[in-house]
Amino acid sequence: MTARELTTGAAINEALAIAMRSDPDVIVLGEDVAGGGDRSKAGVEEMGGVLGTTRGLVGEFGMARVRDTPISEMGLLGTAVGAAASGLRPVAELMFMDFLGTSLDPLLNQAAKLRYMFGGKVRVPLTVRTVSGAGMRAAAQHSQSLYWITTGIPGLKTVVPSTPADAKGLLLAAIRDDDPVIFCEAKGILNQTGEVPEGDYEVPLGKAALLREGSDVSLIAFGATVSVAQQAADALAGEGIHADLLDLRSLSPLDEEAILRTLEKTGRVVVVDEATPRCGIASDVAALCVDRGFDFLNAPVKRVTAPHTPVPFSAVLEDAFMPSAQRVLDAVAELG
Amino acid sequence: MDFSRESSIEIYRRMRTIRGFEDKLQELVAAGRIGGFLHLYAGEEAVAVGVCAQLRETDLVGSTHRGHGHCIAKGVDVKGMMAELFGRATGTCRGKGGSMHIADMDCGMLGANGIVGGGIPLVTGAALTAQIKQSGAVAVGFFGDGATNQGQFHESLNMASNWKLPALYVCENNGFGEFTPTEFVVPVRDIADRAASYGMHALIADGMDFFDVYEKAAVAIERARRGDGPTLLECKTYRFYGHYVGDPTPYRDKEEAEQWIQNRDPLELFEARVRESGVVSGDDLREVDGEVERLLRAAVEEAEQAPQPDPEADLTSDVYVSYPT
Ligand SMILES: Cc1ncc(C[n+]2csc(CCOP(=O)(O)OP(=O)(O)O)c2C)c(N)n1
Repeated sequence: MTARELTTGAAINEALAIAMRSDPDVIVLGEDVAGGGDRSKAGVEEMGGVLGTTRGLVGEFGMARVRDTPISEMGLLGTAVGAAASGLRPVAELMFMDFLGTSLDPLLNQAAKLRYMFGGKVRVPLTVRTVSGAGMRAAAQHSQSLYWITTGIPGLKTVVPSTPADAKGLLLAAIRDDDPVIFCEAKGILNQTGEVPEGDYEVPLGKAALLREGSDVSLIAFGATVSVAQQAADALAGEGIHADLLDLRSLSPLDEEAILRTLEKTGRVVVVDEATPRCGIASDVAALCVDRGFDFLNAPVKRVTAPHTPVPFSAVLEDAFMPSAQRVLDAVAELG
Repeated sequence: MDFSRESSIEIYRRMRTIRGFEDKLQELVAAGRIGGFLHLYAGEEAVAVGVCAQLRETDLVGSTHRGHGHCIAKGVDVKGMMAELFGRATGTCRGKGGSMHIADMDCGMLGANGIVGGGIPLVTGAALTAQIKQSGAVAVGFFGDGATNQGQFHESLNMASNWKLPALYVCENNGFGEFTPTEFVVPVRDIADRAASYGMHALIADGMDFFDVYEKAAVAIERARRGDGPTLLECKTYRFYGHYVGDPTPYRDKEEAEQWIQNRDPLELFEARVRESGVVSGDDLREVDGEVERLLRAAVEEAEQAPQPDPEADLTSDVYVSYPT
């Protein structure tokens, strides 16, 4: 397969088109996913979502399969769950992950539970795409990383890609998975470019990727914090400290074996997560290391996260809020 | 209805300040001097000013992502707002809130809100406070047509009507929710029709006409204060800029936009009316234009020179944090 440079947004767009071409049951619905439907006959170019990620789909697949919903997250996600349970394979867009607040019940009490409660008699092949994370000066209600909530709900899967190529492959896998998957598009990576293979391929859910190898310390990251960990690893390499860098990619299912493998190799772990610290992914990984990897540990497990606060608007505050390479370096230094 | 010279000038000043504030922001973003998600209120001034001109300082207002106009109309200090948009320590919310979260309880501004529909139940709660404490206050919620597709809107209106709360729900119907035309997602013709399912009083106003909004708001607020319950007031209006600053607006008809901007500008309509009645002269209003421009220039200068928040002290204040981070 040949590859070209694409942004993460464009890679996601490509995955959606491929999924829709290969399966007529795949539909896309959300607020402004086209923007007033298909008005190409009137010479109106569609917006294709607030960030343009779904642009072009309504032209190719039509308004029945690419549906602008009203600003009704509860209704739109609930409808997507019902459609998934009855024969479609919907990809719903929740514009920003913060809007979990106005849409949680269909995920928490319906999508996550139908298969189990009904004794396996129903499947919910639903994908919810959503934009998460800070860094756009979008303030407290448009900047949260809430994947820890969906990760904590049995019955839901949650993925957070860190590269355009993974975004495409993970999204295709998510759409074709028969369980509900929350697909988080971290703001920090949406406009990043990278090599993306052409054609149809899947990156399996639940498999972490070892992005660089070193035997001194393990940096564990995902989504937008992978590039932060990369910067830290580069700086460490300059000092002769070589890091394993593990990109989790999926938070649920979690690749526990990959985490334990890198821990066994280095004996030192720093987890980098842009979300708030309590009940979060960094704590979860730290708990796993202590619970199942205690004998491998040569130092405490360090968590580099945002502080336990809402996301501030001011640029200087928001920059301080987000995990930085320097904070990763400080954490590594503390490991001794 | 006719206005005195003083009140005409005051009303005009408010509308002009909102317009000038939004025009300034558009320039500041284009010049890369401020960032963030900004939604401008230009074109809708008669709604905020028309309604708020009926309010007392102790009445509460809840707003939206497009909230600068409501803040200015309710009396929030413009310099503090500008500093907030620059993210400075001197901002209304000390730089922590930004455009979508400007609030100032000292003048009854319960906050802009980044969650579409999120302010509506908050206002309902403020009306409940007023009812239980018998404070005589009224709570007013502003929101867009798009927000009326949220459950929070319907649940709130049902409660408010059932409990006869002293509330006023003001729908600013500007014909679009982001890029989607209202009629594409709403099967009723007037948003006001939605009040019927809650047995709620409803009114429709020309949202470009200050006087029409002002008079209809008077009726609704009077009812609310009397204890006769809430009203849904739909104001038909138009936003002159795109949904957010930077929105190229391919989705809206250029001619339609021109029509509204050229023929239905609420400031021009107001000016024509008060000059015709002879209470103010063109010179009076041009003087206001100059004063507003000077105020806004000073606001920008002061904001740019104001100190940044201090991450050490400010990042973890105003929230309960029980352990070091
Ligand atoms: C719960 C929620 N859903 C979606 C959004 C994204 N969003 C911001 S403004 C907007 C359109 C709102 O339309 P309307 O209520 O008509 O107000 P207008 O922008 O026209 O003033 C949308 C969808 C949001 N901020 N909150």
